Amino acid sequence: MKHSHRFYGHGIPRVNAADLGGKLIVVEGADGSGRSTQIAELVNWLETSGHATVQVGLKRSTLVSEELERAQEGNVLSRTTLALFYATDFADQLENLILPALKSGFIVLADRYIYTLMARDMVRGMDETWLKNLYGIAPEPDAVFYLSVEPQELVQRNLSKTATLDYWESGMDLGLSRNVFDSFLKYQRAMGDAFRQLEKSYHFDIIDANRSVGSVTKELRKKIGALLEEK
Amino acid sequence: MKTFAESQFPGRLIAVEGLDGSGKSTQIYLLKRWLEAEGIKVYFSEWNSSELVKSATSKGKKRELLTPTTFSLIHATDFADRYERHLVPLLRAGYIVLCDRYIFTAFARDVTRGCPPDWVRGNYSFACAPDLTMFFKADLDVSLNRILEGRPKLKFFEAGMDMRLSNDPYESFKIFQGRILDQYLAMTKEFHFVIIDANQAVEIQQVIVRKLVSDRIDLKKFKRRSPLPLPPALHHQREVPDLEEDKIA
Repeated sequence: MKHSHRFYGHGIPRVNAADLGGKLIVVEGADGSGRSTQIAELVNWLETSGHATVQVGLKRSTLVSEELERAQEGNVLSRTTLALFYATDFADQLENLILPALKSGFIVLADRYIYTLMARDMVRGMDETWLKNLYGIAPEPDAVFYLSVEPQELVQRNLSKTATLDYWESGMDLGLSRNVFDSFLKYQRAMGDAFRQLEKSYHFDIIDANRSVGSVTKELRKKIGALLEEK
Repeated sequence: MKTFAESQFPGRLIAVEGLDGSGKSTQIYLLKRWLEAEGIKVYFSEWNSSELVKSATSKGKKRELLTPTTFSLIHATDFADRYERHLVPLLRAGYIVLCDRYIFTAFARDVTRGCPPDWVRGNYSFACAPDLTMFFKADLDVSLNRILEGRPKLKFFEAGMDMRLSNDPYESFKIFQGRILDQYLAMTKEFHFVIIDANQAVEIQQVIVRKLVSDRIDLKKFKRRSPLPLPPALHHQREVPDLEEDKIA
């Protein structure tokens, strides 16, 4: 393959980035941005076209996902601890799913990646340099699509789906407002700012996801199609 | 890396480091007993003991799920939890905190397992340096014998079996511990370890330890103005046995 992979930083001991084939495609965006829908669409399309795929996401590791879930329910972890716990979850999936799949030439679709984790931690006051070192274990994706949706539109979509705004997606742990609605808007704006800050160091393809599912799908297929042609 | 004193914490942190079987845990326990008897506000914290992270760590170890990277990160998570929830508040409240192993354990072990030194150090850079670090240096054979005599069955990660150094756990343990010792020794200067000769008798070492602590730290500043409430982890020691009168009533 023309495009070989590389790690952002130190990488993983005894793993040579040059051995990684396949494609790593990341879809980022807030809850309600249509991430999961788009990924399901893409998997369907790619597999129908004969590509083997693997899906990864946050808080899905064998190692710590249950413990992370439990710790979050009680909201008892401090920010550094939570940041490192999430990094452990990411690293476990990286080594057990992402890297083996890339070595076998699969297309890996990541439902969020290190950027969401970094943005969340930055909003909570963690140092960007510290985070960059921590996540230097991550391979650079072949493409990162950031599904951008206005906070007001996100509110509408989340409420129509579940009739409630999620505690963490509203950043309620930050004490921005006692009111979930106001907190959600403030938090999503802060997350947007953090992503813009990260964009200075990492390349994101920003997709206007205020549009219909169909038109977003079309744009993603076009871009991923071109990426696969590059071989 | 600044110490707690340099970072304007009223409390002080004392750490002991060394190989398994170097006798450091005995020494820090005796130090704690002495400080308590002197009426000093003291708290003891052990490596790898955060309740929240424990279940993930033990699952990872039991099922041999850990790689050098996740091994390093899960221990960093454990440390961060203890650091943020216990150590920092206690140090701000003017306690003397005693740590059986500190970040240098991670620096030595994780680098031995192949993690890049800069990455590991960066991950732990949120932590201040101890105000005093004592390194218990025993001959490798002495440490190995102490461990191997007392506990004939070695655990997978403890023996460094994940590194495929040898198929024999004992052989693997010896090679692994030797490499960790090399890492520790290479850090001695950089992190100002005070080296204690751990081949000496327990009592002799303890005299040295107590002298060192009282020379370095003005202990009378850390006296408890009784009765102060104890931190949560020590509560069980405050339980007063039922008085005879209560029983009669």
